[in-house]
Amino acid sequence: MRRRDFFQTTGATGLFILFRNYLEAAPQLVPTRPTSYPMDFNAYLRIGGDGRVSCLVGKVEMGQGNMTSLAMLAAEELDVPLDVVDMLMGDTDLCPWDGGTGGSLSIWQFGPVLCGAAAEARAVLLQMAGDHLHVPLDRLEVKAGVVSVKGAPARQVTYGQLVQGKRIERHLADVKPKPVSAHTLVGTSAPRKDGREKVLGAARYTADQRMPGTLHACIVRPPAHGATLKSVDTSAAERVPGVRVLRDGNMVAVLHASPDLARKALGLVKVTFEGTPPALDDITIRRHLASKSASGKVSVQEGDLKAAEARAIAPVDAEYFNAYVAHAALEPHAALAQWKDGRMTVWAGVQSPFRVKTQVAEALKLPAQQVRIITPHIGGAFGGKATGPQAVEAARLALKAGAPVQVVWDRREEFFLDTFRPAAVVKIRSGLDPAGHIAYWDHAVAGTSDREAQIGYELPAKRFSSTGDGGDLGTSAGGLHPFPTGAWRAPGANTNVFARESHMDLLAAKAHVDPLAFRLRHLTDKRVICVLEAAAERFGWVAGATPSGRGVGVACGSWRGTLVAAMAEVAVDRQTGQVRVKRVVLAQDMGVVINPDGARQQMEGAITMGIGYALSEGIRFKDGRILDENFDTYQIPRFSWIPVMDTVLISNPDLQAQGGGEPPIVCMGAVLANAIHDAVGVRVFELPMTPERILEAIKKG
Amino acid sequence: MAQPIHFTLNGKPAHVSADPKRMLVWVLREDLGQTGTKVGCGAGLCGACTVLVDGEPTLSCSTPLADVAGKSVVTIEGLAKDGILHPVQQAFLEHNAFQCGYCTPGMILRACALLMRKPRATRAEILEHMEGNLCRCGAQVRIVTAIEAAGKAMGGAQ
Repeated sequence: MRRRDFFQTTGATGLFILFRNYLEAAPQLVPTRPTSYPMDFNAYLRIGGDGRVSCLVGKVEMGQGNMTSLAMLAAEELDVPLDVVDMLMGDTDLCPWDGGTGGSLSIWQFGPVLCGAAAEARAVLLQMAGDHLHVPLDRLEVKAGVVSVKGAPARQVTYGQLVQGKRIERHLADVKPKPVSAHTLVGTSAPRKDGREKVLGAARYTADQRMPGTLHACIVRPPAHGATLKSVDTSAAERVPGVRVLRDGNMVAVLHASPDLARKALGLVKVTFEGTPPALDDITIRRHLASKSASGKVSVQEGDLKAAEARAIAPVDAEYFNAYVAHAALEPHAALAQWKDGRMTVWAGVQSPFRVKTQVAEALKLPAQQVRIITPHIGGAFGGKATGPQAVEAARLALKAGAPVQVVWDRREEFFLDTFRPAAVVKIRSGLDPAGHIAYWDHAVAGTSDREAQIGYELPAKRFSSTGDGGDLGTSAGGLHPFPTGAWRAPGANTNVFARESHMDLLAAKAHVDPLAFRLRHLTDKRVICVLEAAAERFGWVAGATPSGRGVGVACGSWRGTLVAAMAEVAVDRQTGQVRVKRVVLAQDMGVVINPDGARQQMEGAITMGIGYALSEGIRFKDGRILDENFDTYQIPRFSWIPVMDTVLISNPDLQAQGGGEPPIVCMGAVLANAIHDAVGVRVFELPMTPERILEAIKKG
Repeated sequence: MAQPIHFTLNGKPAHVSADPKRMLVWVLREDLGQTGTKVGCGAGLCGACTVLVDGEPTLSCSTPLADVAGKSVVTIEGLAKDGILHPVQQAFLEHNAFQCGYCTPGMILRACALLMRKPRATRAEILEHMEGNLCRCGAQVRIVTAIEAAGKAMGGAQ
């Protein structure tokens, strides 16, 4: 089934078809036990007697703004004001099932489900109003949740009066959501629904949840990956008044009514460990991964590579490296678990409450219906809260303690237990034909997947291969990485776009062609051309071969159906190797834009976060130890790093809304590498492009 | 160990009996229920725990309780009056100068400290003043704009 077809299908059947399409489109998010979005719109919407609409969704708000954009979709389809919609998100007892929040799927995947449900609900409400007012449907109109008779507005009834908080038993098939042309709210910039409580400091995150009698647990952690507990002496900790020590399998925890005193008592526990740490460190990892690149699985092979290679006049080969990076959300992992009346309730800041429900049930050997996950506000996640190990820890301890237990990781635990973005090596072999066109492209990835390695450049002969996802699914990829890796904002894409778009500039330089013109020469996809041209127009791109000394760069990329083009201007200090990003322009085609200001917030955030992985972020490790333990050595972007930013949203109402949270970050490695090259005439093939690496590249010339 | 310590919290007297070496953030969050003050790094490296002590931005995760004895502490809960947002809160709201909101209380309080002293702070002064507060979502560009707008609202217009 084609995408366009299912987007136009709605109602009960529509939801089912949509779910099937979702399964096909996003196999990586399919839960282990097949389940699906409910077909009954009552699962998503409740209308109170006061006319307020409760919108129930299994997605979670972690800063990305889907609380607002999903509320906009519901309000648009129902014809109610945005401020009467109350969002209830991520509670596994109250909200309909969801596969998890990530992959920029909230709008692309779940938006049509919610629109379908709200459109059907509106149609049913109109029927009910017709019965109530004794007029045919075509004489009714709806405005702000009030149904009235056309030409006789005094004859009216509100949604609240019609439903009075009850479940709606009537259903309709084949109700279509509004066409884009009929939207009045969608497409306008709405204020964030979580705004007031956040500026008041009233928004409650997991660690802010309070329950009488709660014990705060700090868990004994190994000093290094590969180390396991050998012996433990908790006697000194146990002598501290109010401290309890619990042991559950391999887990040893120190508990106290105050989190700081629990942490202090943990320091009194004497532990010895055994085991063999992984031999790799942050230097040797590159050769290790490079040695695996030939063993990848081929995903695409077209044209005759050998013949094209023989015909090409100018071979251009290079190897690119991307480091492990931390999610480093400001809010640490936290969970509060309560065992009461035979049920385990866990408040936890997790991206996939339904998956965590299964995780907790399995760990506790409980039937899933005896577990409830409630998701409070989440203080950033970026893929790092895709699973819920802290929820399992809190639940296990709560069961053992006979009291509610709260687990809040400290920053060292955050860096040690993080599922880092996998480091990866990309080897690209390519060549130009006599006319200055790319003759062949052989792209081999080791450490992560080859997702988004292509963007539609015309390549007469090509091959793409990879060793696998590298833990994009939250699991360690067989033996490649020395510790667990996982999904990190646009998994795979940051690495592949960095390599491909750096390499495009290498080829453009070889061909003595302006890098923008060189890209356009190989493109026929109108959307990619459009974002590049939009970025160039806003940036004021002046064509020229690189390096020009101006310090300007271009890159384009894609993720989840959204296309982005970035242009940047940098200044490089040749003495120190320091890079200052002066300006970034980002143009984006994400189809229908639900909340333009929300989209821009994500674009600005992605530019900022992207500067981090491009210039400073890379986890240092040795002998299984993670050497970066806090923000003193692991430098994330600060106020003084922020460039002038300009975001351009392309109007594309013919395309259903695509992803928005991740796409704008994928170009940042390449656009800065290309701008640095344009500034100083040397190319850095390794991320992050630290001052040391830039100086080294300058020295080598 | 525990000693009675008195200070002013958000304009009202606060009396606690606690270890004077205990860090202020735990007293605020655990003993006084002011959970708007966040713990991000626990080591004075991220600014999420910023509160005002006698008007000065202070990292409450690294400030012993004894240091605030007799002083005035303001947390994010103490800024709005009778439901009316402080101009800095109002500006953050209008500019959507946050995403996840976890660093927001610390950002707002640190900004308040600057604008109370210097509402006409330049962009460069704002950047320098805010440098120690981290935002992983990347709302910095909006935070700076919001602080400039708040400065104008607080009487700093040229």
